[in-house]
Amino acid sequence: MTELQALADKVVAQARPGEQIEAYVSRGGQTEVRIYQGEVEHFVSAQSEGIGVRVIRDGRTGFAYAGTLDPAAVDDVLAEARDNAELGTVDEWAGLAEPDGVPRTPQSLWNEALASFPTPRKIELAKELERLALAGDPRIRVDDANYADAWGEVAVATTTGIRENGRENGCYVSVSTLADDGEETQTGFGFSVGRDPDAFDLEKAARDAVDRATRLLGATKPASKRLTVVLDPFVTAQFLGVISSTLNGEAVVKGRSLFRDRLGEQVASPLVTLVDDPTNPHAYTATEVDGEGLATRRNVLIDGGTLRQFVHSSYSARRAGTVSTGNATRAGFAGTPGVGCLALQLVPGTRSQAEIIADIDDGLLVQSVSGLHSGVNPISGDFSTGASGMLIRHGALAEPVRELTIASTLQRMLLDVAEVGGDVDWLPMRAAGVSLVIHDVTMSGT
Amino acid sequence: MSPVIDHDVLERVLSAAMRSGGEFAEIYAEDKRSTSAALDDGRVEQVTSGRDRGAGIRVVAGETTGFAHTSDLTERGLLAAAEAAAAAARQGGGGARTIALSRQDVAAHSTVERFPDEIAKAAKVELLQRLDDAARSAGAEIVQVSAGYADSRKRVLVANSDGLLAEDEVVRLLVRVSAVADGDTGMQTGYASMGHTVGFELFDTVDVTELARDAARQAITKLRARPAPSGTMPVVIKHGTGGVLFHEACGHGLEADHIAKGASVYTGKVGELVASPLVTVVDDGTMAGEWGTLSIDDEGHPTQRNVLIQDGVLTDYMWDFLRARKQGRAPSGNGRRQSYMHLPMVRMTNTFVTAGTSDPADIISSTEKGVYIARLGGGQVNTASGDFVFGMTEAYLIEHGEITEPLREANLIGNGPQALRDIDAVGNDFAMGGPGTCGKDGQGVPVGTGQPTLRVAALTIGGTAA
Repeated sequence: MTELQALADKVVAQARPGEQIEAYVSRGGQTEVRIYQGEVEHFVSAQSEGIGVRVIRDGRTGFAYAGTLDPAAVDDVLAEARDNAELGTVDEWAGLAEPDGVPRTPQSLWNEALASFPTPRKIELAKELERLALAGDPRIRVDDANYADAWGEVAVATTTGIRENGRENGCYVSVSTLADDGEETQTGFGFSVGRDPDAFDLEKAARDAVDRATRLLGATKPASKRLTVVLDPFVTAQFLGVISSTLNGEAVVKGRSLFRDRLGEQVASPLVTLVDDPTNPHAYTATEVDGEGLATRRNVLIDGGTLRQFVHSSYSARRAGTVSTGNATRAGFAGTPGVGCLALQLVPGTRSQAEIIADIDDGLLVQSVSGLHSGVNPISGDFSTGASGMLIRHGALAEPVRELTIASTLQRMLLDVAEVGGDVDWLPMRAAGVSLVIHDVTMSGT
Repeated sequence: MSPVIDHDVLERVLSAAMRSGGEFAEIYAEDKRSTSAALDDGRVEQVTSGRDRGAGIRVVAGETTGFAHTSDLTERGLLAAAEAAAAAARQGGGGARTIALSRQDVAAHSTVERFPDEIAKAAKVELLQRLDDAARSAGAEIVQVSAGYADSRKRVLVANSDGLLAEDEVVRLLVRVSAVADGDTGMQTGYASMGHTVGFELFDTVDVTELARDAARQAITKLRARPAPSGTMPVVIKHGTGGVLFHEACGHGLEADHIAKGASVYTGKVGELVASPLVTVVDDGTMAGEWGTLSIDDEGHPTQRNVLIQDGVLTDYMWDFLRARKQGRAPSGNGRRQSYMHLPMVRMTNTFVTAGTSDPADIISSTEKGVYIARLGGGQVNTASGDFVFGMTEAYLIEHGEITEPLREANLIGNGPQALRDIDAVGNDFAMGGPGTCGKDGQGVPVGTGQPTLRVAALTIGGTAA
């Protein structure tokens, strides 16, 4: 038994009659190296730990946390959570998750070699990435090159019989670039992510960072019009992140999802099959248990365009009259479980991006978007985002464009999907990327 | 009140941090207690209490900064962090150095009468219920309301190897409410928030139900909104709702870290005309009670009022301690960090455009066709290219000099230097806006913004209507 599990168990064992208690305990550390012009600009080495305790009594929930595992602070946290439970509104659906018998799908989330990876090698990786990016194009400057790794271990225990723990680690390198041409400067970035620092693809990270910055040099603002867009895999992954909040069971039970009454109906093009599957080891966010300690599972949300199900935590499931789909999310010890998609993927088509573009007479390849957090409203469905990319003319990429927006509504975009590419990219996000073709999107420029 | 860390412990830890060389060491310690409460769907779902306490230690040697943090504030824990930071700065050779700290006087800009941690939690929960009631009674169209309350009381201590010792206490209160209205055209949302660096006495003079009515009104109004236009046109921004435009369009580009790396469109432009002569932009961390106000920044230096652009001419950048020191100049009080777990960097405080002379009504009536923005949402900027985007969360069409129909949400997009030059009217009605959280390099810090009603002659509206 881990030390953290013992601590979580000890808190839960203090439950009084009629009281449900959940203790979530975590500890983690990180290293971060930033290189600038061949020198270490900063080196961060840090550890943190903490506990969050939920108390539910008579349908009222209270929560408290502390960023320390000091025994006196842990006692305070339980007392505060109990005190806070007095102030909540009675909620007949309040409660903790209960074991549901779904087994964990084993994942390889810990790499011992990373845990002992020597510091000089970390510095050297970031320096090498900076060198590669600079060598990629004479117009390139590097803003920063980074190596980072992190590890974490967690344990959760509840009075309802949940007892789960685990640990994982991971690492990445990244580089931010600037490309200059006269008065104009554009920016790019590249990265490589994994659990094995010896398996980084530094060349690709550098090439991406160079390409992203240089391809926008000389880009102009296009004239406004409606056209077909091709979302780059990196952009599709961000788009799926927006779609995911409409499939969130908590938003559904609280009336905030635009799909709340649409189960069983066609909400997307027949080409769209959307799966949330954190048991897939390819997914960056693959995990064995969710934020409440239930095993994760594969859930088909949209099947051939038909809305099949929403994702749920135990709370939203109880309110919806269904069972948890293992989709409780949690932002560490300082927060309580929410609901969300964990590892989305569009079931891919067969063609490459180049083959797709060859069939488009008038379109836009969207290579980056900005302002998704401000211009997209998942409740109303309004979608408007800043973008840059390349125009497509007569089946070929034409000139680069920037300082434009693309707009539609989420409802229409799902129905207007014309093709899903075959180029799946397992990006370090909650959704996998793939090229996605959407008809009839408004591009705003001059 | 007992100190966060004893004076003599600080001196010993700083000496240890400098033992292996390096020219600068710093301890930043904080002890924060926070309370938050969330109401959603008619229920107070949860009251949360939080305790965050720890110290971050940095050691600077040459071009390298080593940083480590710990939640263990005992001398043993601090020494371990100091050694980790010194090792990270990985310089060898230096000799022992004794540090003598002298306490700085700290001028308080915000005053607190009733500390939130001394207020019964039930009073905080009651605020949420009033918000819920007020939003729901604004119209039958309102189908969902969520509201949040958050307060924090944070003690901060900064000590460094130059002998600086400064302590401060920061109190924050935040209230937010969002409403969903449902109608024939689907659902629409409204949002309002208020945040100040004051105590619970805020609610003696401010009626929080105004926020709830405002959020509900926005959602209901948008039910009859038509799609926003697509294309470039004049934009009038209502006072106190669009200061974030300047935070993004020029503020970030005037941060000295971006300047030092040549990653800003404003690099090398001090003394040049970079905006319309109607525009004066200020960053001021000393405004009483405002969300971005601090007595000292997170490196222990007093905040101040910094004029960034005067009558269109770029006058100065914003600085943190290390970059200012490298330039041989005084810091500007802009070194900030999210928490003890983060390295400080150049950040804004309260950033605003000062009042002009135009009557706001004239600005609207002299606009033949355009968009009136009554609330800008979040935004994002690329400091190197200057391109920015913003969400328009409440906007209307201007036709023949009059505000006419409400518009559905959309982003607007522009280029910072171009937008600053394109400002052709600045109103006399300055107002600060709601509380913001500025994100940079993964760290979020509270910031304020403000501006009078003003017009930008051309911005691109990212709607779908012709």
